[in-house]
Amino acid sequence: MTDEIRLIEVKEDILADNTLLAKELQEKLRREKTFLLNLMASPGAGKTSLVVQTIRKLKEKLAIAVMEADIDSMVDAEKVAKEGVTAIQIRTGGFCHMDATMVKTGLDAMDTQNLDLVILENVGNLVCPAEFETGAIKNAMILSVPEGDDKPLKYPLMFTVCQAMVINKIDYLTLSDFDIQKCKDHVLKLNPDIKIFEVSCRTGEGIDEWVQWLYDEVKSL
Amino acid sequence: MHELPVISSILKIVLKHANDHNVKQVVAVHLQVGELSDLEDKWMQQYFDHLSKGGIAEGARLVIERTPVVMKCTDCGHTYVADLKNNEKLKCPECASEKNTLISGREYFIKNLEAI
Repeated sequence: MTDEIRLIEVKEDILADNTLLAKELQEKLRREKTFLLNLMASPGAGKTSLVVQTIRKLKEKLAIAVMEADIDSMVDAEKVAKEGVTAIQIRTGGFCHMDATMVKTGLDAMDTQNLDLVILENVGNLVCPAEFETGAIKNAMILSVPEGDDKPLKYPLMFTVCQAMVINKIDYLTLSDFDIQKCKDHVLKLNPDIKIFEVSCRTGEGIDEWVQWLYDEVKSL
Repeated sequence: MHELPVISSILKIVLKHANDHNVKQVVAVHLQVGELSDLEDKWMQQYFDHLSKGGIAEGARLVIERTPVVMKCTDCGHTYVADLKNNEKLKCPECASEKNTLISGREYFIKNLEAI
């Protein structure tokens, strides 16, 4: 008897488990009134700088904690802890993104019931973090001027999954051929509902608008 | 960039189903991968070959079908295929609304296995 090839039905999506856990986390956070912001960007776009600026403006009004995700090292958590809020560092051990299981580990180490806002600083990368739901209430991303205005064309998924986009380092605009209107047009084509903020973490320009948006989102949870 | 976790998740599901059906050898894995995925077929196969070495899925061929990006219009509920590569604004073909949400296009769906 010869072995026959059989067809075996599978019908499973590999992201299904992660998506399910992310939904559970999100429901728990909503019950506890803890707003989890998933902040994504390339390396060097200014994630930690924006986190620090945001903490400075909001720490008197909200109980904040930060989850720093990096492939290795503790430098970001140390910087954030200096601002006087809880900061935990998650080493992804080579993983290029955070998934819901890793986020759950981080949240379990925090007293989320007594927190208003948890900022997840995702791994610096415009590709992978966009594909994995984290349980965040809202996703935001930073694009910095030196990266170029063509990034929405190259990494469409990232711009599709975010509810807010921060264009950082606008103090570099005069030194660059970054076309802010063209960039916004590309992004709005992918995602017409996205809120766009133009800021400079270095000079502080535009930070107040971003912080106000975030504060209103936290309060309306 | 995250070929490793994606492919190891695929392999885990393949092996689970193969074991459930007393498979001796997996010959092919039929996948549907959303067009928003940036994983290349060639690299997916190479990672799969590497991870499946020494097991019943070693040597299996990945048959990858790309599934389109589908949007749902927020205003009228119509679903339509979106071409994100052209520079035109996305519009609902039924009501011309530019408001939409992503329905599919980022999945890694394992359809079935060919096995002995």
